[in-house]
Amino acid sequence: MTNSIIHIFLAILMPPLLIGVIGKTKALFAGRTGAPFLQPYYDIIRLLHKGSVFSSTTTWIFRAGPIVALASTSIAALLIPFGAHPSPISFQGDMILYAYLFALGRFFTMAAALDTGSSFEGMGSAREAAYSCLAEPTLFFALITLSRLSGSYSLSPMLINISFGIWLNAGAALLMLVGGMFIVLLAENCRIPFDDPNTHLELTMIHEVMVLDHSGPALGIIHYAASLKLFVLGAFFVHIALPYATGNPYLDWGLFIISMLELAVVIGVVESVMARLRLIRVPQLLVAATILAAFSTLLVIR
Amino acid sequence: MSYGMKTLYNGSAFLRSDIPVFGNADFFQMLLDSINAGWRACSYFGVPSSKGATLYCLMSARGGSGTLGIASTEVCGSFPSLALRAPQFEMFEREIAEQCLIRPDGHPWLKPVRYQKPLCEGDGFWSETDGHGLIPGVTEFYKVDGDEVHEVAVGPVHAGIIEPGHFRFQCHGEEVFHLEIAHGFQHRGIERTVAGSPNPRTIHIMETIAGDTTIGHTQAYCINVESLAGVFASPRAETLRGVALELERLANHIGDLGAISGDVGYLPTASFCGRIRGDFLNMTALLCGSRFGRGLLRPGGVSFDCDAATAEEILKRLQAGRVEIKQAVELLWNSPSVMARLEDVGTLSEADAREIGLVGPAARASRLNRDVRRDHPFGIFRMTQIPVITGNSCDVYSRSMVRWLEIQRSLDFLDEQLRHLPRGAYRTEMKQILPDRCAVALTEGWRGEICHVALTDSEGKFERYKIVDPSFHNWSGLALALRNQQISDFPLCNKSFNLSYCGFDL
Repeated sequence: MTNSIIHIFLAILMPPLLIGVIGKTKALFAGRTGAPFLQPYYDIIRLLHKGSVFSSTTTWIFRAGPIVALASTSIAALLIPFGAHPSPISFQGDMILYAYLFALGRFFTMAAALDTGSSFEGMGSAREAAYSCLAEPTLFFALITLSRLSGSYSLSPMLINISFGIWLNAGAALLMLVGGMFIVLLAENCRIPFDDPNTHLELTMIHEVMVLDHSGPALGIIHYAASLKLFVLGAFFVHIALPYATGNPYLDWGLFIISMLELAVVIGVVESVMARLRLIRVPQLLVAATILAAFSTLLVIR
Repeated sequence: MSYGMKTLYNGSAFLRSDIPVFGNADFFQMLLDSINAGWRACSYFGVPSSKGATLYCLMSARGGSGTLGIASTEVCGSFPSLALRAPQFEMFEREIAEQCLIRPDGHPWLKPVRYQKPLCEGDGFWSETDGHGLIPGVTEFYKVDGDEVHEVAVGPVHAGIIEPGHFRFQCHGEEVFHLEIAHGFQHRGIERTVAGSPNPRTIHIMETIAGDTTIGHTQAYCINVESLAGVFASPRAETLRGVALELERLANHIGDLGAISGDVGYLPTASFCGRIRGDFLNMTALLCGSRFGRGLLRPGGVSFDCDAATAEEILKRLQAGRVEIKQAVELLWNSPSVMARLEDVGTLSEADAREIGLVGPAARASRLNRDVRRDHPFGIFRMTQIPVITGNSCDVYSRSMVRWLEIQRSLDFLDEQLRHLPRGAYRTEMKQILPDRCAVALTEGWRGEICHVALTDSEGKFERYKIVDPSFHNWSGLALALRNQQISDFPLCNKSFNLSYCGFDL
């Protein structure tokens, strides 16, 4: 029970901190002081206090977009185990639900973007649809590999199963999985090299351009849902890449928080040392991720 | 071979009656002949008259002769368009139609340039829909039809803090078939305002034609006024003007490299260049108290002397700046992910660049070897030369690399000039400007060739003062560079040209 409360508590409070850590890391690389770690919280609170403007051409779909995105990501956050602790909700086959909760959120974000009738948002939806199609197989190959390794179809046993022992036995497969999942993590969360969350150039955006017409609380919800998505997908990645476990529950929570912050720093470093890809090159990298994940599946199934 | 034009050198003034007046047919044939022989149009404009308008064309000879040619003709009602055979006239002809109400017959795409009121009495060709006059951007745009072809409109209100311009893309998926650019949102009526000048306000208007090219435009104006009055700026003043011009070039080129880097999401160079640009702007502020060089150049010289301590301080800062900018920019060339974004993006072929009469770093990046500082030297550049840099690959990479190499040449130039500042006065007394003259001044601003042509009336006032900002030539270059490119690369291409909206709109 305590663990479930800590789980929910972390899922609610911690996500924007990751964005703050990424921002701070990038600022350090650029030789700037950067915004405070808590800036994303301030931004979200500021947006929640604002009024909303809705275009008269939009329908209920436009308003549902941010809500569905937040709701689906929140449920996904309940399905994924954090660190060595099992998730509050867990059942056989929840991995499929986990994967398609993201698809549901994405579908509504894209539908809301198309609802505005703006040419920018149409372009953004087209890009998002194309790239998410290419990112999905990687996630599924990863899930197949992990369920094969653990013999379970549920996320909690599947992910907590990974330990340094498994790394010794199936190191090659897991290494490829880490590579593939890191690419998908960056792509799904619209980070450089796939998308630049800080750009103001409408024509180059993928995710940001789909939410151009949202304002005030709706935009705040979108920012929060995006950081939650980073948190949830990051937790999945951290399980594979950094499977620390001590056995002491409180120490394990601490380890999990530190791992997540490490991940944010790594993302910040990647964003600082490389430029964005040309959009035309993005599918190639996503296909490479799929191939990595497919080979890892091949290795554990043979 | 001057095709019957009056030949002259940059920065000279002469009697208006010396400008040959051609018959219509001869004039337009002469323009085509000279274009075919490699001449280039610097300025082509009309002066409204009672019957119609007098057209003046200022051409620059090819090669290193430093010759300019000017000729005129009188037309009424309409004149034959040369745009199809010499595309560099296309924009000029639209401008003439808009300003002087004479129609270029056979113009392939006759639209207003700035949506402004004509310089003479009468209604424009573009009927006014309501009482408020023409509204910028409200017009027909070139349209592509077909399945999966869609139109994207960007601006005039942009997401960043930039000037207003409207871009209309015809796209097939992510690929751009055609880009059309509409301007006029920044029109301030500068040419109309300075008619009847010079007066004490004129210099301030010249300083704000394009805020980031203050020195370039003001120098062209000073050259014109000085040659019209028969005054010569002292060597010390000319050197300080050259120093200010190169400082302006440095600050802007550095800012551009940072902005290009920011557009591809490469943060280190973007942040460093942003700060270093400020350091260079501050050097201009050391000279005159304004980071953009406002108030520095005045007819007859400069308004502030540069004492030995200031020169020493600037030299010291230049040295530090040189080290820092080298570190920041070399990060770009050493990052494969950045190079992958810059190379083979926004290619503008040499032939296209020549046809549309591209100028400045953008032209040099497309293998065109043209630079006013060498071709038509003015001021300090008559005494000393800055080597001309050309790029080879004609793409965004080439335009970035040309900027970087020009930064180094300008740093060398400043180093040398500030160590050997000529002695003497920094300002000469101005005299009355002479009546019935024509004066021509070209300068190489950081965007490229700036051309000012002054025509004085019988009282020594400007009857017409024609300004051509480099952006006037180069916006078509951006539109061509986008053909068959990814629409997501547009901001990057745009930044690699970095053209002025207000300089175009005047």
